[in-house]
Amino acid sequence: MTDLTQSNLTQKEVRERIESRLASRHRKEKIFRGFGIASIAFGILAVVVLFTDIISKGSSAFVQTDIELNVTYDPAVLGIDTVDDESLAWANFDAVIRNALRERFPDVSGRRDKRELYSLVSNGAGFELRERLQQNPELLGKTETLWFNADDDVDTYVKSLSKSEEGFLGRTSEQKAGWIKSLLATGELEKRFNTTFFTNGDSREPEQAGIRAALMGSLFTLLVTLALSFPIGVAAAIYLEEFAPKNRWTDLIEVNINNLAAVPSIVFGLLGLAIFINFFELPRSAPLVGGLVLTLMTLPTIIISSRAALKSVPPSIREAAMGMGASRMQVVLHHVLPLAMPGMLTGAIIGMAQALGETAPLLMIGMVAFIVDVPHGITDPSTVLPVQIFLWADSPERAFVERTSAAIMVLLAVLITMNTCAVWLRKKLERRW
Amino acid sequence: MTSMTLNAGAPVPAQDKTNSATDLTDKSATESTSVKQQAVKTQEDIAETVGSPFCDEAKLRMRNVNVFYGEAQAIHDVSLDIGRNQVVAMIGPSGCGKSTFLRCLNRMNDTIEGCRVEGDLTLDGEAIYGPKVDVVPLRARVGMVFQKPNPFPKSIYDNVAYGPKIHGIASRRAELDEIVENSLRRAGLWDEVKDRLDKPGTGLSGGQQQRLCIARAIAVSPEVILMDEPCSALDPIATARIEELIHELRENYTIAIVTHSMQQAARVSQRTAYFHLGKLVEVNDTETVFTNPEHDLTEAYITGRFG
Repeated sequence: MTDLTQSNLTQKEVRERIESRLASRHRKEKIFRGFGIASIAFGILAVVVLFTDIISKGSSAFVQTDIELNVTYDPAVLGIDTVDDESLAWANFDAVIRNALRERFPDVSGRRDKRELYSLVSNGAGFELRERLQQNPELLGKTETLWFNADDDVDTYVKSLSKSEEGFLGRTSEQKAGWIKSLLATGELEKRFNTTFFTNGDSREPEQAGIRAALMGSLFTLLVTLALSFPIGVAAAIYLEEFAPKNRWTDLIEVNINNLAAVPSIVFGLLGLAIFINFFELPRSAPLVGGLVLTLMTLPTIIISSRAALKSVPPSIREAAMGMGASRMQVVLHHVLPLAMPGMLTGAIIGMAQALGETAPLLMIGMVAFIVDVPHGITDPSTVLPVQIFLWADSPERAFVERTSAAIMVLLAVLITMNTCAVWLRKKLERRW
Repeated sequence: MTSMTLNAGAPVPAQDKTNSATDLTDKSATESTSVKQQAVKTQEDIAETVGSPFCDEAKLRMRNVNVFYGEAQAIHDVSLDIGRNQVVAMIGPSGCGKSTFLRCLNRMNDTIEGCRVEGDLTLDGEAIYGPKVDVVPLRARVGMVFQKPNPFPKSIYDNVAYGPKIHGIASRRAELDEIVENSLRRAGLWDEVKDRLDKPGTGLSGGQQQRLCIARAIAVSPEVILMDEPCSALDPIATARIEELIHELRENYTIAIVTHSMQQAARVSQRTAYFHLGKLVEVNDTETVFTNPEHDLTEAYITGRFG
C-alpha cells in the first residue's frame, strides 16, 4: 500500500519529523496553560484587592459615634405649653440640646467656645427630640437620658483615634478634642451600630445620611425594569426565533437589536428624557421613568440571550412535539420554553446586574437629585445606589469617604443576593435531556 | 456482496453485472464507477415507476408529488399508494428523497423554510395539503417516529400522556392512566417501566426510548404511523424488538417506514418502494423487489453495488 501514499517518505522519516516538533508543541501548550493560569490569578488578585480596599474603608461606616445627654423637656425652654402639631413645629428643641451640653460642661463660656461646644452633637438631634415628644407627649417637663448622633467631625476624630495616638483633627480644635476625650473616658461618647445609615435617606450631614432612600429607589427601579423587560424580551425572542418568517425584515430587526446592545447607555437616558418626561410628562426622578429607560437598555441583552437559549433547545424536541400534533404555541409553551428558561434567566440576570449598576442614563432623567425622603412607590422622587455612591464620592466631608465605601458594599450585597436567587432558580428549573 | 441479499433468499440475477466478491482488482473499481456514472445519467432516464405503485384499498394516495427546497427539486413526480394495514418500506441511497417524501405525509415539511410540496396527497380521500386542512388533527391521525429516539425531558408517564392531553382525548385521570398503560403494553414496554412511570423518559436505554416514542405515537390512536429510520441508532437486539413490534402494530395501523437496512425492509414490509435521486424507481411486493427486481437500478442497489 506504500505506493499509494502520495509522498515518498518512509515511515521512519515521518516518525522522525513528528518527534522533532514534539518538544516545541509541548512547550507551546505549557505556555498557553501558563497564560490561562496567570490571567485567572490576576483576576482573583484584582477582586481580592478591590474587596479588601472597600471593606477596610467602608466597614467603619457601619458604626457611628453617639453621645449621651441628659435632656429636659422644659416648657419654658421649648417655648410651648401643650404638645400639639402646631406647637411642636415652633418649639425650640435645639435649645434643649444646648442646655444639656452646657449642663455637662458648665465651665465653657464665650460665644465662640459655646458654638464649638454645641457642634459636638449632630444638628439633627433636635428633630429626633421632636419626634420623641410627639410620640410621648407625657414627657413634657420631664428629664431623660438619651443617645444622639455625634457630629461627623467628632465621629471622624473618634474613629481616627483607634488608628493613631493623636488622631485626625481636621476641623476639630484642640479644645473640642479635649472635651471628646473626657466624654470618651466617662463612657458618654460611644461607637454604636449605625442604624441611621440603614433608615435614612441622603443628607448634607454625613452622620444623618443613610442608604435607605437609594436602596429603595434601586429596588423600585429594578422592579419596573424586570417587570417590563423580561416579558417583553422573552416574547420578542420567542416570536423572532419560533414564529417570524426569515426574511429581509427580520434580518434587519436582528441586526438592529444587536446594534442596540452596544449603544452607550447615556443615549437611552436622553431618549427617556425626550420621550417619557418631555412628551408623556411622567414625573422626574421617579423609579417608573428610570425603570422604563433601563428597560430600553436591557431589552437587547435579554432578547439576544433568550434567542440563544431558544436556539440551543434540540430541534428533535420540537419535531417530537410537532409530530404529536401539538400546535406551534403548544410546542413553545410545553417544551421549548421550559428548556430555554434557565438560559433566559441567565440573560435576564446579566441585564438586571447591568441595570443595577447603571448611572449615566439615570442622570439624564433627574435621578441624580438630592433626595432625603425614602420613596414609597414607583412615582416618588428617588435616587439609586450607584448615583448615591457617585454623589457621596463627590462630597467634601471626610465622613462621606467611608459611607461611599459602605454604599458600594450595600450595592455589591444586593447584586450578590440577586445573583444567588437567579442561580438557585436556574438550578431548580434546569432539566437535562 | 451476495450475502447482502440472503435474507430475501434469492439468487442474484443478471450475472454479467455482478463481480465475484474476491475479485477486487482495477476492473471492479472501474466497473463500479461506471455503474455510478450510469446511475447519475439515468436520472433523466427513469421515465416512470415500474412495478405496481397503486393498490385498491389505499389509505394514503399520492399522485404526481413534487417537492422543492427553494430552487432545488428533491422529489420528482412520485405517485404511490399505501394500502390499509400495510407496511410499506421505502429504501434507496442517502439523499434520494425518501425521508422528504415520508415527511410530506403528515406535513412535517411545513416547518422547513422554503420547502414547497406540489401534487395530490390524500388520506382516506381527503386532501392532506388542502387549503383548509389543519395540521394539528392531521398529525394526530398520522403519527411519526423519528430516526433518533426523542422522548420529551419529562416522566415516562407524561411522555405517553402528552398526546391524549393536548388533544383532550381522556376526560378523566383513570381514562388517561388506561391509555398510557395500553400504549406502553402495545409498545412492549409496560413490564419494563411499570414501576418507574414517574422517572424521566430520557433515562431509558436507546431501544426503550424508541419504544417509548412509539408508545407516545400510538397513544393518540393514529391511523397511520410514519417511521423515519427508527432503528438506525439501535443495536441488533433492540432493532429486532422494534421490528417485532411493527409486525404486531400492522393489525391496527398503516405503516410507512424508511430504512437503510434492506434486511429490515425485507423482514417487516409487504411492499417496498425504491427511490433514486428523488424519483420513485420501482414499487412491488417486497418479495418481488428482493428476489426479482424489475428495474436495473433496484437490482444494483439491493445487490449492494452502490448506495
